[in-house]
Amino acid sequence: MKELSIKVSNLSKRFGNFVAVDNISFEVDKGEIFGFLGANGAGKSTAIKMLCGLLEPSSGNAEIAGFDIYKETEKIRKTIGYMSQKFSLYEDLTVAENIRFFGGIYGLNKNEIADRTKYILDWLKISNLRDVLVGSIPLGWKQKIAFAVSVIHNPKIVFLDEPTGGVDPITRRQFWEMIYLKSGEGITIFVTTHYMDEAEYCNRISMMNKGIIEALDTPENLKAKYSSVNMDEVFLKIARGK
Amino acid sequence: MKRFFAFVRKEFYHIFRDKRTLLILFGMPLAQILLFGFAITNEIKNADIGVLDNSKDVTSLELINRIKASGYFKLAEYGNNTESIEESFRKGKIKLAIIFDRDFGKNFQLGKNPELQIIADASDPNTANTLINYISSIVMSFTHEKNINNKISLINTEFRMRYNEELKGVYLFVPGLITIILMLVSAMMTSISITKEKELGTMELMLVSPMKPYTVIIAKVIPYTFLSIINSAIILILGKFVFDVPIQGSLILLMAEIILFILSALSLGILISSITDSQQVALMISLVGLLLPVILLSGFIFPLENMPLWLQYFANIIPAKWFMIIIKSIMLKGSGITDIWLETLLLAGFTLVFALISVVKFKMRLE
Amino acid sequence: MYDIEIKNISKQYGDVIALNNINIQVRKGEIFGLIGPDGAGKTTLIRLIATLLVQNKGEIKALGYDTISQFQEIRNKLGYMPGRFSLYQDLSVIENLELFASIFGTTVEENYNLIKDIYSQIEPFKNRPAGKLSGGMKQKLALSCALIHKPELLLLDEPTTGVDPVSRKEFWEMLSKLKNMGITIFVSTPYMDEASRCDRIAFIQAGEILDIATPDEIISNFDDKLIAVKSDNKYKTLQDLKTLNTLRYVYPSGEYIHYVDSRKEYSISGIMEILEQKGNTNIELKLIEPNIEDCFMKEMMVRANERIIH
Repeated sequence: MKELSIKVSNLSKRFGNFVAVDNISFEVDKGEIFGFLGANGAGKSTAIKMLCGLLEPSSGNAEIAGFDIYKETEKIRKTIGYMSQKFSLYEDLTVAENIRFFGGIYGLNKNEIADRTKYILDWLKISNLRDVLVGSIPLGWKQKIAFAVSVIHNPKIVFLDEPTGGVDPITRRQFWEMIYLKSGEGITIFVTTHYMDEAEYCNRISMMNKGIIEALDTPENLKAKYSSVNMDEVFLKIARGK
Repeated sequence: MKRFFAFVRKEFYHIFRDKRTLLILFGMPLAQILLFGFAITNEIKNADIGVLDNSKDVTSLELINRIKASGYFKLAEYGNNTESIEESFRKGKIKLAIIFDRDFGKNFQLGKNPELQIIADASDPNTANTLINYISSIVMSFTHEKNINNKISLINTEFRMRYNEELKGVYLFVPGLITIILMLVSAMMTSISITKEKELGTMELMLVSPMKPYTVIIAKVIPYTFLSIINSAIILILGKFVFDVPIQGSLILLMAEIILFILSALSLGILISSITDSQQVALMISLVGLLLPVILLSGFIFPLENMPLWLQYFANIIPAKWFMIIIKSIMLKGSGITDIWLETLLLAGFTLVFALISVVKFKMRLE
Repeated sequence: MYDIEIKNISKQYGDVIALNNINIQVRKGEIFGLIGPDGAGKTTLIRLIATLLVQNKGEIKALGYDTISQFQEIRNKLGYMPGRFSLYQDLSVIENLELFASIFGTTVEENYNLIKDIYSQIEPFKNRPAGKLSGGMKQKLALSCALIHKPELLLLDEPTTGVDPVSRKEFWEMLSKLKNMGITIFVSTPYMDEASRCDRIAFIQAGEILDIATPDEIISNFDDKLIAVKSDNKYKTLQDLKTLNTLRYVYPSGEYIHYVDSRKEYSISGIMEILEQKGNTNIELKLIEPNIEDCFMKEMMVRANERIIH
């Protein structure tokens, strides 16, 4: 039997009369790369916030790494990693300082932080950037470091909210190689993106539209189902309700 | 011209749609004048004083009673010798001491320059000044009343508040408040509203449009000029009807000087916004660089005379100082333009210089 | 006839070189795409053309006018949409539009036909403050405002960044219509797949232009033999391909991995065998035509080999 990492059943979020997330259900396996796609305003961000324990659902249930999203938000936050396009690292701290800070937040002790710092610098081959201010590092590299930092405490799940927005094609691919590596180590990857070629890198994809999940399958199957040559077409067909 | 009005209208929209701006614009003057007017006036009541009456006759007793009856003073010490008065002073029991010369009463009747020594505790210069003014005023009216052509010589007395005969603190606060509020609204609000456009990126769009930079500036400035004038009117009206602060001089001259000061504050605001691109920095510069000197060095709260000489010289480059002199003269003394032409000229000079620098510094581009 | 002529443009911020010797000519009536990742210098170049910045070297002519000495003429005839949403958030949709119309000395009615297609989609919300619009609607309003004075040249700085694929597609359809009305469009984008929507494109990376051509030319100039590989474990296959000593470059691309060998002539089945030996299963290997992104990747890979990043 597969080990479940995320289990969502009938989850909804209403803001007044507006239903942002409408009764969604899905499951994500351990170590899976799960692409969470949808148009702007489809309800993705609201759903992610609920899964991270930042927003209380209006109804429905969800378990993150076995923890209940109503009662065990503290435990959830310790078991997950999070990174987004808008905020990743402190620009006015150096790479090492950022690593130390986030390591500290996740409760790593001094030795662990030293180990993880060395690990991250070696992994990304950036020992030369150790004492460089993050603000002066190109975006793509910054995002790679941010991802490495988001998994510093070996979380069970990492949520990536448009992590590669605006990043150049080469660095974007290096970023995905990092994702593959961590997924291979058993970390579940929950990722949103506007790049449809990146959707193909995911094991499974969910397509959200107007608060509901319209489709959920492997990229392969989705393309077959919507008789499309690529994910871009699938996306357009779903978003336009065809 | 249509472009221009469209822009001015837009500025009014910004102001009226932002509750916080409105609150600062209209709530602040009201709150401040009421606060200053009622709560923290310079008026001192029941100040403890000591008297050493070496004369001990009808005249000295009558004067002492007069001083007691004024309500400003409370007789805390009626001393017998200089030492006891000295000690009360040191212990802070009394704020002011009045010492009658042995022949005070006699000389007063004879019209022979009676001597009255007044010593004030100058560790609090403001209070000391005020108290001395109170005393001197009482003594003067006493002398006039007695209708004797003698003079009483007062020691250590200044007649700074000569024209504020009823000795009301609020009289001075009205001019001071107008100065501060005009500075606040005109300079701070303009600099913030311009930097806001820079932060939101709308300035970028204005720059690439055919709007000339000076049109953008003038259009931005007009609503704030208008609102500042309304604000000054509110303060003047409140002052007149709530606190009975008179406007002795010409109202037209007063408004003209107010507008001149508004213009100088606006130019300063634009100047600030040309130095920085961030609202926060603009706010900081306005507060620390403009408002603080205005409050501290314009003579509003602390008398300039008590400051070190270099600070007094420094205060000369603060337009608010000159405006304070102008507005006080017009309101309290009823001065005309012939009395304050120099100050007006200086203020106009400042305005011109600031306006010129801000037009030159205003960027046609992003850098 | 060129609507934009960029000659030997260099731009520095302090010690940082943002643009290095750029040369681009944009023809009247074409859609010209400036394609490159964040930080490549796209915004700087567009702001230089928009007369908002001054270059350190070189000269730019927009609509025949010099961007430094004749910037007022350019500003009258230019439509500009900055990278981030830059309208007055506290003004309503219609107030924004009317403001921009008056600033350019025109009225909404006068040029309504130009913006009709775009504006009619947001007209139902015309009394809503611009700050309360959704992303797609903001973008349409911004474009309407940039068009309201009937500009001859439209500069768009990353208009589709952060916009979902559906709105992006609609946006490009709008640009095609504007082009048919005779407006020259200079647009920057980080999305490679949008390149095919342009008449001509320039690849920009780290302040330098890598290539300028039509999308078709760029693809036909690609002379490497491009192989697409797929297997059960893409990550393993990618790592294995990286160990090949005949590798020129390799990168994941969608559901496949794209591989280019350093040899001109070789057999694909040879690669297949090696991968099988290394334990990859269910391997699919085929020769494919490159797309725009492959071309960009190649340009970047080749240059990256020339100078190691940092």
